[in-house]
Amino acid sequence: MRDWRFWTAEQQGTLLAIGIFVVMFAIYATNHPAGFTANVVQTASNKAVLLAFIAMAQAIVVITAGIDLSVGMILILTNCLASWIVLGTPLQTGFGVIGVLAAGLGCGALNGLIVIYGRLQPIVTTIATGAIFYGIALMLRPQPGGSVNETLADALTGKLFGVFPASLVALGAAVVLIWIPYSRSVIGRASYAAGSSEVAAYMSGMPIRSAKFAAYTLSGLLSAIGGLYLTFFSYTGEAAYASGNAYTLFSIAAVVLGGVSLAGGKGSAIGAIFGALAFRTIGDLLFVFDFDPLWQPLFQGLVLMAAVSIGCIGLYRVRNRLEWFG
Amino acid sequence: MSDTANSEGAKLLPAFLRRLDPAVTTAFGCILLLLLVGSLYSSSFLSPEYLLQQLKVASFLGVIATGMMLVILLGQIDLSVPWVVTAGAMMACAAAAYGPVGAALAIPFGILCGAALGLLNGFGVAYLRIPSMIITLATNAVAQGLMVVYTGGFSPQDSASPAMRYLATGFTIPGIPNAVLMWAIIGAAMVFVFARTTFGRSVYGIGNRERAAYLSGINTRRVVTIAFAVSGALSAFGGVLLAGYASKAAQSMGDAYLLPSIAAVVLGGTHVLGGRGSYLGTVAGVILITLLQSILSVMQIEEAGRQLIYGAVIIAMLLIYGRQPA
Repeated sequence: MRDWRFWTAEQQGTLLAIGIFVVMFAIYATNHPAGFTANVVQTASNKAVLLAFIAMAQAIVVITAGIDLSVGMILILTNCLASWIVLGTPLQTGFGVIGVLAAGLGCGALNGLIVIYGRLQPIVTTIATGAIFYGIALMLRPQPGGSVNETLADALTGKLFGVFPASLVALGAAVVLIWIPYSRSVIGRASYAAGSSEVAAYMSGMPIRSAKFAAYTLSGLLSAIGGLYLTFFSYTGEAAYASGNAYTLFSIAAVVLGGVSLAGGKGSAIGAIFGALAFRTIGDLLFVFDFDPLWQPLFQGLVLMAAVSIGCIGLYRVRNRLEWFG
Repeated sequence: MSDTANSEGAKLLPAFLRRLDPAVTTAFGCILLLLLVGSLYSSSFLSPEYLLQQLKVASFLGVIATGMMLVILLGQIDLSVPWVVTAGAMMACAAAAYGPVGAALAIPFGILCGAALGLLNGFGVAYLRIPSMIITLATNAVAQGLMVVYTGGFSPQDSASPAMRYLATGFTIPGIPNAVLMWAIIGAAMVFVFARTTFGRSVYGIGNRERAAYLSGINTRRVVTIAFAVSGALSAFGGVLLAGYASKAAQSMGDAYLLPSIAAVVLGGTHVLGGRGSYLGTVAGVILITLLQSILSVMQIEEAGRQLIYGAVIIAMLLIYGRQPA
C-alpha cells in the first residue's frame, strides 16, 4: 500500500501541471461565447498540439540534465523540408513523411554526438547547431512557399468521427508509441538516473551515453513531428528565425510549467504536454475575456513569472541554509 | 583544469607563453586567420578604415557581452538580453521626447530601466532560487509585454537624443569612434572589478562553488543580485548605443544579440558553468564573431550559408579547446 506514495511523489509535478491545465481550460471553455463544443476543442487542441510536441522534445532532454536550444530550429527545418517532400500520391507522401522524421532524427543525433563525444556543454552546442539547422532551412526555403498534401493535412488537423480532434489523437499516439516505451525501457530509466546524478548512475553501470544519445535523438524526432504539424496547419514552409526562437523559448516555459526540473531527473514528458497546453490556454483566456490583444504578451509573461515563483515556497521548508545551493 | 593536464608539454615553452590561456590564444589566432583569409579575398580587409569600422560594430556586442560574461562567470545565464536591450533603447528614446530635461536624462533613464529588469532577474535567482534560465526568460517575456503595450505593437516614433547619437557615432578622440571608447572604458572597468575588488573575486568564487563561497562569509545573494543588475544595465546601455547608431529604437533590435553574446563569451574561453574566464578572452570572442559575420557578408555568401558556417565554426572552435574533462 505504500507504493502510491512513491508514485505521487514521482508524479507530483505532472499532477500539478494537469491540475493547472484543467482549471484554466474549464474557465476557458465555460466562458467561451460558443460554449464547450467540438469546434472549440478542435481549435484549441490544434493550436496547442504543436507546442505540446516540442515541449515533449525538450522534456526528454531536460530529464537528462541537458537542454536543447535547437528544438525550434529543428521544427523550422522540418517545416521547410515537409513543404517540399510531403506531396503527391499517397506513396510519395508516405515517403515524404518518413523523410521528414528521419531528418529530425538526424538533427537530434548530431546534437547528441557533439554533446556526448565532443564533450561540449549542451547550451552552447545546441545554440550552434540551431544556427546550422536554420541555415539549412533557409537554403530549402529562401522565400516562404511550397505546399503540402492537403488531404493528409486536413485529416490530421480535423475531427475524428466528427467529434474528437485528430491532432489530440496524434499527440496520444506519440505518447503511447514513443514516450511510454522509452520511459519504461532501461535506456529511459538510465536517462532519469543520469539527470539525477550522473556520477552515481555511472558507478551503477547504467548506460549513460546511450541514454543521452537516445534523449537527444528522440528530441529531434519529436521536434520533426512538431514541424510536420506546423506544415499541416499552415500549408506552407517558412524559414522564420523569430518564430524558431519563440518555439524554443515556449518549449522551456512549457517544460517548467509541466513540473520538469531543469536540474534533471524529475518530471515527465506528459507533465510537459500539460504544461504546454496550459501555457497555450493562457493566451486563449485573454481572447475569451475580450482583453486588448496588446496586453497578451505582458499577461503571458506575468503568468509565467508567477508560475515559476511558486517553486520558491519550498525555500521556507529548508532548515539548513546550505541546501539553498543544491 | 586543462592547464595542469598539459603542463608536461607546456614546460618546453617559454614562461610568458605558458601563462597564456590556450583558449584566448586560439581565439586571437583565429582572428588573425580570418583577417588573412579576408585579405586574400580583398586587400581592403587590412585597411585601417575597415578594421575601425569592425571595431565599432563589435563595440555594441562587446558592451552586451560584458554583462553576459559577468553572469556566466557566476554559473548562470541571462536570456533576457533581447528585450532588455530593446527596452533600454525604447525607454531612452521615449525620455528624449520630453523636451531638454528628458533629452539630458535619456541615457541614464534607459540604463536604469535595464538595471531594474536585471534586478528582477537577480532577485529571482538569488533570493527565490529560481533557475536563471527560467527567470530571465520570464523577465524577457515581461519586458516584451511592457514594450508591446507601450508602443502599441509598432516601432515607436521617438528618435534618439543628440547625446545618444554622439556616444554611438561621434568622435571625441580623432580616429577612434566613441562607441569603441565606451567599450574600452567599460572593459577596463570590468578588468579592474574582476582583478582588484572583493566583488570581482566573489564572482569567481561563487562560480566555482557557491556553497564554499557562502561558508567563507561572502554575501552570495547580494553579489548575484548585483551581477544580474549590472548585466541588465549593460544590456540596456548596449541598446542605448544601438538606438543612437540607428537614431531610433525598433521592435526586434535586441534579437540578434542574445546568441552572439553567449557565443562570444564562451569562445573567449569562459567556462559555461562559471568560475573560469578572462575578460581578454571575451574581447577576442566578440571581435572574432563580428569579423566572422562581416567577412561572410562581404564575401556575399547568402544568409543561409552564413548561418551554417557561423554554427559550424563555433562548434569546431569549441571542439578544439572547449571540451570538458572526460
